[in-house]
Amino acid sequence: MSVDRATVHRIAKLARIAITEEEAARLEGELSGILDWVAQLDEIDTADVPPMTRVADMKMKMREDVVTDGDCADDIVANAPEADDDYFVVPKIVE
Amino acid sequence: MSELTNLTIAAARAGLDKKEFSAKELAEAHVSAIEAANDALNAYVLVTPDRALEMAAESDKRLAKGEGGALEGIPLGIKDLFCTEGVVTTACSKILEGFTPHYESTVTRNLWDAGAVMLGKLNNDEFAMGSSNETSAFGPVANPWRREGSDDKLVPGGSSGGSSAAVAANLCMGATGTDTGGSIRQPAALTGTVGLKPTYGRCSRWGIVAFASSLDQAGPFARTVEDTALLLNVMASHDPRDTTSVDAPVPDFTASLKDGVKGLTVGIPKEYRIDGLKPEIAKLWDQGVEWLKAAGATVKEVTLPHTKYALPSYYIVAPAEASSNLARYDGVRYGLRVDGDDVISMYENTREAGFGAEVKRRILIGTYVLSAGYYDAYYLKAQKVRTLIKRDFDQAFEDCDVILTPTTPGPAFAQGEISGDPLEMYLNDIFTVTVNMAGLPGISVPAGLSGEGTPLGLQLIGKPFDEATLLRAAQSIEDAAGPLKRPENWWTKAA
Repeated sequence: MSVDRATVHRIAKLARIAITEEEAARLEGELSGILDWVAQLDEIDTADVPPMTRVADMKMKMREDVVTDGDCADDIVANAPEADDDYFVVPKIVE
Repeated sequence: MSELTNLTIAAARAGLDKKEFSAKELAEAHVSAIEAANDALNAYVLVTPDRALEMAAESDKRLAKGEGGALEGIPLGIKDLFCTEGVVTTACSKILEGFTPHYESTVTRNLWDAGAVMLGKLNNDEFAMGSSNETSAFGPVANPWRREGSDDKLVPGGSSGGSSAAVAANLCMGATGTDTGGSIRQPAALTGTVGLKPTYGRCSRWGIVAFASSLDQAGPFARTVEDTALLLNVMASHDPRDTTSVDAPVPDFTASLKDGVKGLTVGIPKEYRIDGLKPEIAKLWDQGVEWLKAAGATVKEVTLPHTKYALPSYYIVAPAEASSNLARYDGVRYGLRVDGDDVISMYENTREAGFGAEVKRRILIGTYVLSAGYYDAYYLKAQKVRTLIKRDFDQAFEDCDVILTPTTPGPAFAQGEISGDPLEMYLNDIFTVTVNMAGLPGISVPAGLSGEGTPLGLQLIGKPFDEATLLRAAQSIEDAAGPLKRPENWWTKAA
């Protein structure tokens, strides 16, 4: 098992997903199975291989540093579960 | 009106110009076909008949003035991953419940600007994560095809399963899909339709719900190679709003369709002849080789030595990028919110309730491989393997113009048949995923039937931005295969 129960809980916490003890038990096996399977990549020597950063050679595109969009606060908050005026409303963060 | 829904896009477009029927009649025929079929197939998650008829009325006005666009009046289905202005877009996830975009994706904008008519939003695996359309929050899609002598419901492939099923069952003339590891080509193969994944950068990703940004690419589904080319002509564009969109000319992809394959060299990668390759898949592949040879192509064995590492490296890169992309679903800006004691538990409860099991699994894998101390061992390693996979193709394409392989390791399977082990489902993409890892264009063309009487497809892989040659070779396979059987209509309920 490459992933134990405590690790499942730790990554679920990092990913901000609440999981039950039952789910953690199932995920322990599933995640380990997947990670054990991807471990076959260790067979390949990649010491001198550069990582791919993009599939096609192209220069990062530049554009004029000007405002091209905006002034649409209503559109932006339109889908919010809770909004007040032009603000997203969230539970209190600072006591 | 069933004869109208049976037309190809090319024939329908010509019929509209000749006033044999109106765009309104064409739209109505499709709307009634969907009404009668969707209970059985579940291909559409949202039907937009009013919008379709409005758009068709506008098309008729433009046609009357002789101003019809390339796809004027052509009714299309749109995968629910494409944001459509004013029309709910959920990626078939509970977490995006009720999300109504205030903007239109570039690909769909291009289609509407060319006169196409929207019929509705098509089902897919949640956030495009799946190979059977069974992970959708709206439930599975039934493949219009069934095994001979059986009523069992088969999957239409995934993730673009609503798209493939709708095109196969004449519930639209063409559809959009997205392909991250095979999500256009695999469902096309399983439903006897044509599906094309363009070169990475050919179609804008702007306004498409992101899964794995370095792999995602939009593409068309249709019933013929020519129709697929007609759709790609319009979907492809350079878009300043997507920095990975490529500023390259978009040729008329129909121009060279009939040029044949004489003079082309077709590569056959020996590594795709995997252990346990089903005899009927091997036979289909050999048949494809014979067809292309008979049409004048030269066939040559090529080698892609890192093929077996494509799928495991994909299952690092794709979940890693997904875990990052899906971090935005936090119950604050859109979609579902489930309250908690504080802001953190609100995030956790929202994401617990909003994501399905497969999406959670991939977010967790992605979070793990990107977490402190593991990044080099997993993500960096996988990106290095990706370089090797790309090099394999670069080398192979020095000796050939296109590569021919099977699309899938087998025909459509039954709903629920592969559900226990996630790895077993992942293996469905074994022949398609290399193409995404290298950013290449690929197409699946219907090529025959399995022993069960269900469709099988052949895949062609092309050089970057050479979709024209890909489509030319695909046309040659379509011509050689001849008119293939269509699924028998069991899904239409009596009026």
